[in-house]
Amino acid sequence: MFKLKCDDFLDYDEATGTYSMSAEQQVRDETERNKWKTTGFTLLKDWRLYLMLVPMILVYVLWKYLPMYELTAAFRYGDFPTSSDRPWAGINNFQTVFVGDQAVYFWPAFRNTFITAFYGLLFGFPMPIILALFFNEVKSNIARSIMQVCVYLPKFISTVIVTSLAMALFAGSEGGTSVGVISRLLGKISSSQTLHDKLNDGLIYTTEYFRSIYIITDIWEHAGYDSIVFFAAVIAVSPTSYEAAQIDGAGKMAQMRYVVIPSILSTVIIMLIMKIGGLLSVGYEKLYLLCPGSTYGNYAVATVVSTWANNLSDPINQAYGIAGEMTNNLIGMILVIGANTIARKASDVSLY
Amino acid sequence: MKRKMEVSELIFKIIAYFFLIVFAAMCIYPLIFALSSMFSDWDAVKESKVVLWPAGKLQLDSFKYVFNSSRFWVSYSNTLFVTFIGTIWCLIYSILGAYALSKKRIMGRHGWNFFLVFTMWFSAGVVPQFLNYQSTGKVMSTIFAGSTNMADIDLKWLIVIAMGMNATNIVLLRNSFEGVPSEIEEAARIDGATELQILTKVYIPMSKATIATVALFFGISRWNGYFWAYKVTGAAGQSYSWPVQVYMRDFIQLNTSLTGNYNQDLADIPNIGEATSIAYAMVVFAMVPILVIYPFIQKYFAKGVNMGGVKE
Repeated sequence: MFKLKCDDFLDYDEATGTYSMSAEQQVRDETERNKWKTTGFTLLKDWRLYLMLVPMILVYVLWKYLPMYELTAAFRYGDFPTSSDRPWAGINNFQTVFVGDQAVYFWPAFRNTFITAFYGLLFGFPMPIILALFFNEVKSNIARSIMQVCVYLPKFISTVIVTSLAMALFAGSEGGTSVGVISRLLGKISSSQTLHDKLNDGLIYTTEYFRSIYIITDIWEHAGYDSIVFFAAVIAVSPTSYEAAQIDGAGKMAQMRYVVIPSILSTVIIMLIMKIGGLLSVGYEKLYLLCPGSTYGNYAVATVVSTWANNLSDPINQAYGIAGEMTNNLIGMILVIGANTIARKASDVSLY
Repeated sequence: MKRKMEVSELIFKIIAYFFLIVFAAMCIYPLIFALSSMFSDWDAVKESKVVLWPAGKLQLDSFKYVFNSSRFWVSYSNTLFVTFIGTIWCLIYSILGAYALSKKRIMGRHGWNFFLVFTMWFSAGVVPQFLNYQSTGKVMSTIFAGSTNMADIDLKWLIVIAMGMNATNIVLLRNSFEGVPSEIEEAARIDGATELQILTKVYIPMSKATIATVALFFGISRWNGYFWAYKVTGAAGQSYSWPVQVYMRDFIQLNTSLTGNYNQDLADIPNIGEATSIAYAMVVFAMVPILVIYPFIQKYFAKGVNMGGVKE
């Protein structure tokens, strides 16, 4: 006799040759029917927990997600007084930004964003790792603590102070003042003609030297603090690994190459992902302070997409700024998600 | 038995020490420079004669000027207000939210986490954020002052509640709360503790290091915040609610040649050497609170950063 294969939800009665609903299935159906009731019950039981979530969500909706609603301005024409009057423009604003009138301002700003971030990563990323490896060599706890206190400190100095001090040390001779201390030192040790020509303009306000100074101050600010994570990874390497390597005849360089670097690699990859993710969100506060407007000598290299957008104030141009910056941030988001995916596939470490 | 140090090891050690000492010296040099310039002779400051130690005849006039400047202290008190109230506000909603997110039983946990983490990936940008602050300011003034002019309310409050958000800090707190063993929570629950009591009596004491770190991060970013405070108060023309960073930058821009575009006729202080020395004095005053608390919290944040780690 033909018998259905349905043991998971029906019982077969041999005597009568009929099927009936199995007990497990009845429980399952009951659960399914009461799903909303049980959901409601858990919600009710843990209502305090959900209430705790409310302030955070409110703050994030109001000041992180509502600004995203303002992005719709990128798809509207700007030349109307109130935002509700503005007709939809489709991708017109984007066309203006990419190939139209604004392209001559947008693309240099985009290029600056990328170059500043790329050089920052290239020169800034190895620095904390080097610091961490070197800190590991200092066996005296007191000496190391003193050095660490010094190198972490710049992270906590405000951008206004950092930029003001950088301007002072690289100052030109405006207003009858003399050239800044570090500029003067550079003038003494360097024979470069361009450097000597630009010394009086203030090196920080020249297109030639702005980027270098910006990146040096960035390293000054962040390298020490960023080394904390790497230092923790370096001291986690077991002393027996070093001993084993030494017995095998490994010198200092070989120990670095085969013991330390592999041990801290996962940390390095995670930190690299974070940095690549932030590649297109260079610190606009600092760049704004170093170059608040187009009258500054470093405008051509110091303007990034954020500061360019910030400088477009009237409603018509605002729409272009929003469109340009939105593109920049979307590419940044793709970068972080992409880097994360690659890292997850390559080494089982990922951030999110 | 002590192993003999190899040559390569010795060389490496020497390079390490040399490099670290130079880097550490570089890190504190600008701060010493500011301190020295504050006490240096005005002409020495003007001629950039200060290298490391105060140059020329020592003077206390710059110190006195800042000490007696009422505008400086008004902005200083604004910053103190924003830092204290703002940090407490950020800590309250971050701890509550992180505690709820750390519970596996909460519904839509992945969704809420994504909601939080997404703000680290994508931000609307400078202009939309500014438009948002403007409309928030209008709503606040409609409620509290009955007008649509943002300048009618004290914008310190807008700075306090709407700025200084940081999703990374919430993730740090959440990870720390997840590390608390669930047995302790169950024990407390059996003893009749409510949700809030479990948080305040169990979780917060057990995550002290992380909370201290996060409070430090919030506090520092509040103390140092410039851009948004400047944009919002600047748009409303409300200089009495300027934080000290905004006031300091304004003073430096107006009176010294550091930021370029110097115009002596517009300056409040005609002597540029004096003005620059005063600017350094302001820089030192603005750094003092950070330098004072820094040694005490230093050990906390190194611990907290590593404990928080990165995981999902």
